[in-house]
Amino acid sequence: MLMKRLKYNFKEQTNAAPLAIFRLFFGLMMFASIIRFWANGWIEKLYLVPKFHFSYFGFSWIKPIGNYTYLLFIICGASALFVAIGYKYRIAIITFFLSFLYIELMDKTTYLNHYYFISIVSFLLLFLPANAYFSLDAVVRKKQYQQIPKWTIDSIKLMLVIIYLTAGLVKLNTDWLFRAMPLKIWLPSKYDLPFIGENLMQQNWFHFAMSWSGMLYDLVIPFLLLYKRTRFVAFLFVIFFHVFTRVLFPIGMFPFIMIVSALIFFDAALHTKIINFIKKYVLKSKTTLLLAPNFYFPKVQRKVILSLFTVFFAIQLLLPWRSLLYPGELFWTEEGYRFSWRVMLMEKAGSTNFKIANVASGSYFSVNNTDFLTPFQEKQMSYQPDFILEYAHFLGDHFTKQGHKNVGVFATSYVALNGRLSTRFVDEKVDLYQEKVSFKHKEWILPFQSEIKIKGI
Amino acid sequence: MFRRFLLLFISIVTLHACSSSEEIVPTITDSFDRNALLVNIADNIIIPAYEDFSSKMGALNTAGETFTTTPNQANLEALRSSWFAAYKVWQHIEMFDIGKAEELQFKFYMNIYPVTVSDIEDNIASGSYDLNSVNNQDAQGFPALDYLLHGLADTDTAILEKFTNAENNDNYKNYITAVLNQMHTLTLSVVSDFKTQKGAFVTSTENTATSSLNKLINDYIFYYEKGLRANKFGIPAGTFSSTPLPDKVEGRYKNDVSKELALEALTAVQNLFEGKHYNAETTGVSFKDYLITLNRTDIATSISNQFNIASTQVQTLENSFATQINTNNTEMTRSYDELQIAVVLLKVDMLQAFNISVDYVDADGD
Repeated sequence: MLMKRLKYNFKEQTNAAPLAIFRLFFGLMMFASIIRFWANGWIEKLYLVPKFHFSYFGFSWIKPIGNYTYLLFIICGASALFVAIGYKYRIAIITFFLSFLYIELMDKTTYLNHYYFISIVSFLLLFLPANAYFSLDAVVRKKQYQQIPKWTIDSIKLMLVIIYLTAGLVKLNTDWLFRAMPLKIWLPSKYDLPFIGENLMQQNWFHFAMSWSGMLYDLVIPFLLLYKRTRFVAFLFVIFFHVFTRVLFPIGMFPFIMIVSALIFFDAALHTKIINFIKKYVLKSKTTLLLAPNFYFPKVQRKVILSLFTVFFAIQLLLPWRSLLYPGELFWTEEGYRFSWRVMLMEKAGSTNFKIANVASGSYFSVNNTDFLTPFQEKQMSYQPDFILEYAHFLGDHFTKQGHKNVGVFATSYVALNGRLSTRFVDEKVDLYQEKVSFKHKEWILPFQSEIKIKGI
Repeated sequence: MFRRFLLLFISIVTLHACSSSEEIVPTITDSFDRNALLVNIADNIIIPAYEDFSSKMGALNTAGETFTTTPNQANLEALRSSWFAAYKVWQHIEMFDIGKAEELQFKFYMNIYPVTVSDIEDNIASGSYDLNSVNNQDAQGFPALDYLLHGLADTDTAILEKFTNAENNDNYKNYITAVLNQMHTLTLSVVSDFKTQKGAFVTSTENTATSSLNKLINDYIFYYEKGLRANKFGIPAGTFSSTPLPDKVEGRYKNDVSKELALEALTAVQNLFEGKHYNAETTGVSFKDYLITLNRTDIATSISNQFNIASTQVQTLENSFATQINTNNTEMTRSYDELQIAVVLLKVDMLQAFNISVDYVDADGD
């Protein structure tokens, strides 16, 4: 009996409408995001103005491409639109995935968990029959499929469940739960919000209530969405939670992306109604397409995709916990912090300055960071060890090229975390120019010294 | 089901639209009174300092007229002392890069040092120049007067010679007049503008990149890091170069005033932090109080202590930083290091506690 319950039926077919709606909204959201990114002037500010770019380990060959960067965004935005309408879907989603990934890999200064979310969802979409139903492709081939394999839709649900649960589990730490950090710093600074700014936002109990309910939300919402009888209420929670965080924090399009993503948990009846609504009032079209009952993957293709997804989800389950392999305090060293759904857990800032020394003679001078970095890059560099090391190497190369001899690069760094006083961050005696960039633990990060330790996952 | 969704969607959109357009000031306040903070800073620090500077600037201008009319030893000395008196008050207002001061680039026309001597001499030789030009920012203001009053020659007699018997002595006199006019005009404009804009200044307390509260704090920290720590100490001490650059000290031609000017600036920075009224012993609502309200007495005390430590260290230096650098630069760099510790406290700890929206970082967060 139990085995039967646990056994997943990969042969089961389901209505294609939820995936079609997901494709449509995801594409539109991506298109809007690209437009917004451009309109805010961020292409220039984040990718063209900086003289130096921080790269992900192994991807230093991916850089902004001058004014062609705009072309890259045009391609990315256009392909998102093609994904939305489901025209030449396979080519469109491949183009979108690659161009978006390229944009993200250009400079890690702009890393956000929600960009990572978009990358992996579009990776899944590469393999899903999202154009089977209600797409321009269906119109062109004059045939649409009513039913698709159930596991295709479930794979997106699984991804969302993993994200929510991981984000909830990592909130189980003493800073979040028992010090209400960093919300205790962030919320009072929203004093200029109408109605709640000067009172609610300033209350100690409210900071704790927000921390605990945020944690509970992440841990419980996937189950409430999966269970039919609680689904509608859960969706109200989803809307309230994400709209509220949007009001409080500068998180751009992310809340809206999560809200429309959560629609995938609903039954096809709702999606069919949305489709009918769009047909009637937006497209004003009465054409009905020949309905082919079932879409199936060719046998080999199905096998390949399923094995690929198995590996993919195994990685998704494990990757957030790679931080356990590193010694020291994760929030301090940030070794294994990215790509792990640790969202809004830290208010961290630093001040990091570099000395260029002649290690033979002992003479040295200091670097003015603004000569090489934009203020945003300097801010991000100042508290993230991998940024510090990469920048130290850049400085070492730069001054060696300028003709300085026996160059050594030393950092004086102070970092403050979640309302603790700033303390020294980097061992000042270590020549960072001699330290190799790798995934190994960075010995030159001074241990987390605060008496207020962080315990938890 | 679908209709319920549509209704929900519409009501959320309307709610959101309403909440962002409404401008109701809440009556219950239990957080820090930021308006009182700005009022204290404007009424008791900025305006008195501006007024004092304005009057010192007027006196300097008059002394300039007297000297150019009758260039003699007594008038030269009178002009020098009013130059120094005004220069000291300037240290209290350079950090307020707000309103008209920001718009006119006040500080760039008043205190760019070191001056480019060749620019000054070329201007004087040709007799035609545009002091409003960005290219002449390093050929005017206090540093240019410093050069003209102390650096033209080795002895006072030789300096006076330039304004009396030298072939183009009129050009020298005209240049002093032009520089003083420029400084005086800019000052009057900045001071009167701030007074008329004060009402708007003190009520702009929201946490946005353009509110006067956030701009004031950002400018304050920027000034401390760049104008004070780097320009007055770091750059001449050679912190950013292979060798020390004693020629880059403030007031290098008068030579024995760099310490006094720097201490004046440090006092001004500390007074603003602690809300201490200009030229008085009383204190009012301050950044320090704000930190204490946020339960960060640790930061508040650390910053005050660090300012005191830095100030004590600076007091041990020679009156002339150039002499200090040439004889014992270690003490100079030690002062820089003490000042730097306060940079971390202000920029990392204080800004984190205030959670200020920073103007240059407007990209999305997570």
